[in-house]
Amino acid sequence: MAETSTEGTGTIEALSLVPKAEGRQSMKDFKSDQEVRWCPGCGDYAVLAAVQGFMPELGLAKENIVFVSGIGCSSRFPYYMNTYGMHSIHGRAPAIATGLATSRRDLSVWVVTGDGDALSIGGNHLIHALRRNVNLKILLFNNRIYGLTKGQYSPTSEVGKITKSTPMGSLDAPFNPVSLAIGAEASFVARTVDSDRKHLTEVLRQAAAHPGTALVEIYQNCNIFNDGAFEVLKDRQQAEEAVIRLEHGEPIRFGHGKTKGVVRDRATGDLKVVTVTPENEAEILVHDARSASPTTAFALSRLADPDTLHHTPIGVFRSVDRPVYDTQMADQLDTAVEQHGKGDLAALLAGGDTWTVIG
Amino acid sequence: MTSQVSSPAEQADGAVVGEQRKAAGAKDVRRLDRVIIRFAGDSGDGMQLTGDRFTSETASFGNDLSTLPNFPAEIRAPAGTLPGVSSFQLHFADHDILTPGDAPNVLVAMNPAALKANVADLPRGAEIIVNTDEFTKRAMQKVGYDSSPLEDGSLDGYSLHPVPLTTLTVEALKEFDLTRKEAERSKNMFALGLLSWMYHRPTEGTEKFLRSKFARKPDIAEANIAAFRAGWNFGETTEDFAVSYEVAPAAKAFPPGTYRNISGNLALAYGLIAASRQADLPLFLGSYPITPASDILHELSRHKNFGVRTFQAEDEIAGIGAALGAAFGGSLAVTTTSGPGVALKSETIGLAVSLELPLLIVDIQRGGPSTGLPTKTEQADLLQAMYGRNGEAPVPVVAPRTPADCFDAALEAARIALAYRTPVFLLSDGYLANGSEPWRIPELDELPDLAVQFAQGPNHTLDDGTEVFWPYKRDPRTLARPWAVPGTPGLEHRIGGIEKQDGTGNISYDPANHDFMVRTRQAKVDGIDVPDLEVDDPHGAKTLVLGWGSTYGPITAAVRRLRAAGESVAQAHLRHLNPFPGNLGEVVRRYDKVVVPEMNLGQLATLIRAKYLVDATSYNQVNGMPFKAEQLATALKEAIDG
Repeated sequence: MAETSTEGTGTIEALSLVPKAEGRQSMKDFKSDQEVRWCPGCGDYAVLAAVQGFMPELGLAKENIVFVSGIGCSSRFPYYMNTYGMHSIHGRAPAIATGLATSRRDLSVWVVTGDGDALSIGGNHLIHALRRNVNLKILLFNNRIYGLTKGQYSPTSEVGKITKSTPMGSLDAPFNPVSLAIGAEASFVARTVDSDRKHLTEVLRQAAAHPGTALVEIYQNCNIFNDGAFEVLKDRQQAEEAVIRLEHGEPIRFGHGKTKGVVRDRATGDLKVVTVTPENEAEILVHDARSASPTTAFALSRLADPDTLHHTPIGVFRSVDRPVYDTQMADQLDTAVEQHGKGDLAALLAGGDTWTVIG
Repeated sequence: MTSQVSSPAEQADGAVVGEQRKAAGAKDVRRLDRVIIRFAGDSGDGMQLTGDRFTSETASFGNDLSTLPNFPAEIRAPAGTLPGVSSFQLHFADHDILTPGDAPNVLVAMNPAALKANVADLPRGAEIIVNTDEFTKRAMQKVGYDSSPLEDGSLDGYSLHPVPLTTLTVEALKEFDLTRKEAERSKNMFALGLLSWMYHRPTEGTEKFLRSKFARKPDIAEANIAAFRAGWNFGETTEDFAVSYEVAPAAKAFPPGTYRNISGNLALAYGLIAASRQADLPLFLGSYPITPASDILHELSRHKNFGVRTFQAEDEIAGIGAALGAAFGGSLAVTTTSGPGVALKSETIGLAVSLELPLLIVDIQRGGPSTGLPTKTEQADLLQAMYGRNGEAPVPVVAPRTPADCFDAALEAARIALAYRTPVFLLSDGYLANGSEPWRIPELDELPDLAVQFAQGPNHTLDDGTEVFWPYKRDPRTLARPWAVPGTPGLEHRIGGIEKQDGTGNISYDPANHDFMVRTRQAKVDGIDVPDLEVDDPHGAKTLVLGWGSTYGPITAAVRRLRAAGESVAQAHLRHLNPFPGNLGEVVRRYDKVVVPEMNLGQLATLIRAKYLVDATSYNQVNGMPFKAEQLATALKEAIDG
């Protein structure tokens, strides 16, 4: 994580219209008075603490921060943030947040969603928010299971998953949310893990600074219905071999002693994992999150094995500048006023062919 | 273009009109009190444009008018076929009129299909102008004419004018550097010129319109103007058209003021912009294209200099979702759609009911169910608007009665939404949307004050003396909750679709609280201040005809006919469908018979019967077209006598 949040136009453009807090803020300022009702041991607690802990760093007036969620366990999130918030309906949070963000550029708008909410019922809204590049920060809690409805397979569950609704194993091929987001023209795509507070916070920092839609997939453990789903990424020993930490400008190496690396297969152009040797060391791919082309970021997202999660990259896959929808909409309004003057209702109503009747 | 009309005798050309006179060309001029013209052709023939232009000419001349565009859902249906026929009917008069008319006095048929599809609607003696060039054997066979109707006597009894419109148009444009096909396209302007001569319409507006429409192609503009003038001159010179007609301006029908012609969708769009100004809130439209509502999206997207934000969403659900998000942020939020879109939006409407935020849901009703008849009219979404949601989710419903009334209805829907913090249905329909009529342009100081006050600070004191903000603490009079928009310090709060505790708005699963909240949301809507229903009953009738929405024109026309024939009938028309006016129960109980004509299978009648235990009789039509006055008059007469 070599990137700093203030590089480029980041912080300045993404949050420049949002008023700053007057005094110093602390984590406590962002805790609402509501009792948190997730299951004990749920990964959501860690994400909530990380977000509440990170918010003071932004230094924004908290009345100008809004959390919008859909339906699902993670979507209870807004109730626990002492900001403005809306717990809406299943899958629609990106659409609702789009209307809010485009009409109120002085707000910092966050969407909290899950794998079912964002990728099943709300899949359409997610991809369209990403392609439009509305100034939204979308936190997608992926636990690879339906929790609130008590344990059916989700669109990110591995094939063959045995659940209440799939006693003989699920048949659906899962979505890879990072691949999907990159395919949907997302300008910022990252992945992190609930239990790695430091990494999670750094990803949030970069997402907050990004002008446009930022999608952050957070691998989150559901200890009731899918416990240990990401254990391979969390267990210190296994994680060393399983997790590929992406850092912009750094060679993509991982494993014990950084002995493994990602190179481009000359025959296919695809990426593959190799054991680093003095001969191939120069070929190790240097991560470029700012590459205009999404091709390599997409290839990185395909490295992970969907069943075992081996070779799972985490960090910022892609972070590029693209025109921001709400900025452009505001620009069009300004241009219209420049071209036609501020709207004159009397003139509008009396437009076209008219005639006068005298009494 | 502005013209002044002060009395019927003073015409645009300044001449005083007698019953009959000789015009410059020594042709007879007859005076009529009203005329119904129908232009009909292939969907690519430009009949809607022709009708629109004739309407504009007629409006600027000062007649009262009412229009009925009727077109297929296909953009270009197969040429020359019956399903491909597009028509535009215009009724204009020297007095006030209410409908586009039952039966055309004049039919302009651009091809055999247009003749075949429309001739049955004509009364004997009607004038038929046909484009003979299109009456080839093949074209006639395509629509099932074995012999030429122009020659086999089947049109005896009509006044037939065979005109080779295509040939004459091509001939008139031979000086222009156009292919034959390009020249032929102007034949609708030739027809418009001919009709404009026949009815003494002013022509400057059309010429100006053509120059502006084809500003980038001046040659095409001039060719169309040449065809238009050639049509006029053809009428003036040819023997076949021996008579032209005058319909005096309807000066007495209109109160003093400045008027324009306006369609329902345009009036509705203007009403929304006006509501935004009167509320001093930015307008936000979230919408997905759907017939016949898209024109509102198109229109509003042209007025960004009024601070109007239009968002063409990925689907109907996102359209209303974005609007609801904007409402949370303090915009006057609107979503526009038709019946199938309402079905998709239902869950979000329920959320808006629960969040108690202002939101306008504009439903331009069309024939259903499912895709139904996208370009035809119907009133069959009333019960969907009333009840089409899970749970007890009351939503106020407002319906405009005429195209111009869409302006006022939009303001009224906004008033209710803003004052009571609730989603509101505005139920227009395809007939109002595309139909048009003269509209007296209001002065801005006539518009209602829709000012809203956002919550600014704490509104509740806890037992320990702490000042807090409660998002669900209600105004005791309106039962509206405070509207606290993000950006207001100290009022941070969370709302959602889960049941809320009264006052605090916190999640609550308490049974008694849910019962209370359900009843309170209902009481809020039931308590909305709506004016009493006015009843028009000059003779103390025993039968009441009760309508809502776009049936106003045909019902009123039918009532006039009956009264002119010496019958007694009372009439009332509902703008507010939810809540009903407070006096409605007393009104319907006052009459021996209550007849409810609707373009559905009796949805208002069902509500009236359920709520007031009155034996209201339904009279229904669901053929995609508005009622005809004559048909309604007959039905009402039977009810009166029955």
